[in-house]
Amino acid sequence: MRDDIAEQAYRGRTASSGFAHGPFVRVDPVTNGGRAAGVPGEEQRALRTALLTAGRQIAALAKAAGGEAAQILEFQVSLLDDDDFLEPIYAAILAGTPADAAWSVALDEQISDYNSATDEYLRARSSDLTDLRDRVIRTLRGGGGDTLKIPGGAVICADDLPPSRFLEIDWSAGGGLALLRGSPTSHVAMLARARGIPMVVQLGLVAASANTALLDGEGATLELDPTAEQVGLFERRRELHRENRTSARAILRRPGPSWGGEKIQLLINIQRGEDLDHADAQYADGIGLMRTEFLLAGRTGLPGEEAQFQAYDTVLRWAGERPVTIRTFDAGGDKPVPGFTYDGEPNPFLGVRGLRLCLRRPDVFIVQLRALARAAVRGNLKVMFPMVTTPDELEAGRELLIDAVNGLQAEGIPAALPPLGIMVEVPAAALTIERFKASFFSIGSNDLAQYLTACDRSNGALAKLADPLNPAVLELITRTAEYGKLAGMGVSLCGDMAGDPRCIPALLVCGVRELSVNPSALALAKQTIDGFSRGGNGD
Amino acid sequence: MLETRQPNGQVIIGSVRLVHAAGMHARPAVKLTKLAKQFQAQISIRASATADWINAKSVSKIMALRAARDSVIEIKASGEDAEAAVAALVKLVATDFPEIDQ
Repeated sequence: MRDDIAEQAYRGRTASSGFAHGPFVRVDPVTNGGRAAGVPGEEQRALRTALLTAGRQIAALAKAAGGEAAQILEFQVSLLDDDDFLEPIYAAILAGTPADAAWSVALDEQISDYNSATDEYLRARSSDLTDLRDRVIRTLRGGGGDTLKIPGGAVICADDLPPSRFLEIDWSAGGGLALLRGSPTSHVAMLARARGIPMVVQLGLVAASANTALLDGEGATLELDPTAEQVGLFERRRELHRENRTSARAILRRPGPSWGGEKIQLLINIQRGEDLDHADAQYADGIGLMRTEFLLAGRTGLPGEEAQFQAYDTVLRWAGERPVTIRTFDAGGDKPVPGFTYDGEPNPFLGVRGLRLCLRRPDVFIVQLRALARAAVRGNLKVMFPMVTTPDELEAGRELLIDAVNGLQAEGIPAALPPLGIMVEVPAAALTIERFKASFFSIGSNDLAQYLTACDRSNGALAKLADPLNPAVLELITRTAEYGKLAGMGVSLCGDMAGDPRCIPALLVCGVRELSVNPSALALAKQTIDGFSRGGNGD
Repeated sequence: MLETRQPNGQVIIGSVRLVHAAGMHARPAVKLTKLAKQFQAQISIRASATADWINAKSVSKIMALRAARDSVIEIKASGEDAEAAVAALVKLVATDFPEIDQ
């Protein structure tokens, strides 16, 4: 264990589940130098030869891989045989453009076209085109034979990885794939799932180098140069995952966990509707936190009322009788949204974020509140506000919600006022919890710990100091849980602590009876509670 | 869903609803162009009655259609085997691009 080295952990989106623990290898696109261009006739011939070579290479890869991989590569082969596509490129060469430049320009145009598509599937096709572009360029520039030298079982990190490169890597000793961008619907993600290679995408910025890495395709995390403790926890998660899925499900199928004679509610956190596809989601007692920021990530501006209503309605229909807590937009902080959040705040975590931002942008907020008020008649909906500091913010938000309900009803549209709660994450709110006329409380332990310990949670150098088990954090959790019990109001906890086996016993002791975790953490959380109930004295 | 008419003797037009869940994406587009290339006829396709006709043998053009599920695809062919081409392509789309053994 090297305490002096800050552990670095990153979270992304799962593209393929599974676990990998191995050397960390960063793969960046190969850029060879330019080439000397000949006369147009020679350049046309050079491109024709390069396209033939590329076609042969891709065909060989497809043949070796077979099945789905071969079908995926067929798209590239078809492009090499598409006269409508190639003709303008040859025409540009005839007009004096060197072969590599003409090829790159044409492909880049297509790539940016796909990148701007609203459909995530189409956007993902851009990596197939990047793959083809780079292969032909390598051939043209004579750098064709570069194979990746990667040790077996490595966790490979790249900006994005094209399918043919994935196929060139020897995965026989396992390993994993960590992409800074990428998409769960990309062809390389399909290949990874087919090969059983764990893959996490959209990790954002990741350190350029490290010796070893832990990639958790279930929790969508990447940990670099982990401490012995991190490795231990990782191996436990891997072990539980490995004890075949049937036995993990068996844990979930057992009656709900309890502790000290009280039933513990296990809820799930979701980012978007697709998260409900996780096989374990069905065993949850409800949704403890549905984030709504994904609705702001579209390319076509801020989301309309109908699109939002549909998103909420889908989740409520899935949940049936079970409670669904939807959190209003929590943008700002580490979640900037162009056209919505404030740019250039010197300290965005202490800036205009969460409810603060929504109250300043009633034009955006009212659309969400109308969609939520409409959804409230469709199921067991609860609504909560993030980043609440004082009771008058809650009341200002409540007034807008009441306005939305009244407006809709006046228009003859079915709407209802859902129970309204707040996130407990600002210490000032946690310390004065009895002043808030909320229907329920949800402790956001990530931000609560960040603000209490004065540690930026994205700063790896402070990871140890930002420990959520700091007694000050536990003290505020205990106070909130006690107040909830006294006042007869539900108190849940939806931060990372809720799914962390190291923290769960402490939370139970603090009096928390509702835990909301990622679907992939449900089985481990339940197992931990069961184990603690059996081993602990129960009070 | 095959409905052919021969307005001027040579041109065959068929229309078919795209039932593929993901719309006209890479694999359907590849299958469609591969099949189209097996015919001598000039074949064009469009995904709405007001759009320009595009070459059914070009995978990049077909992908650029961005045809969504349930859009009506029109297929037009002229030349010797035009009738067979339209029939085969309409069938391919109507049967949701089945796997064909080579």
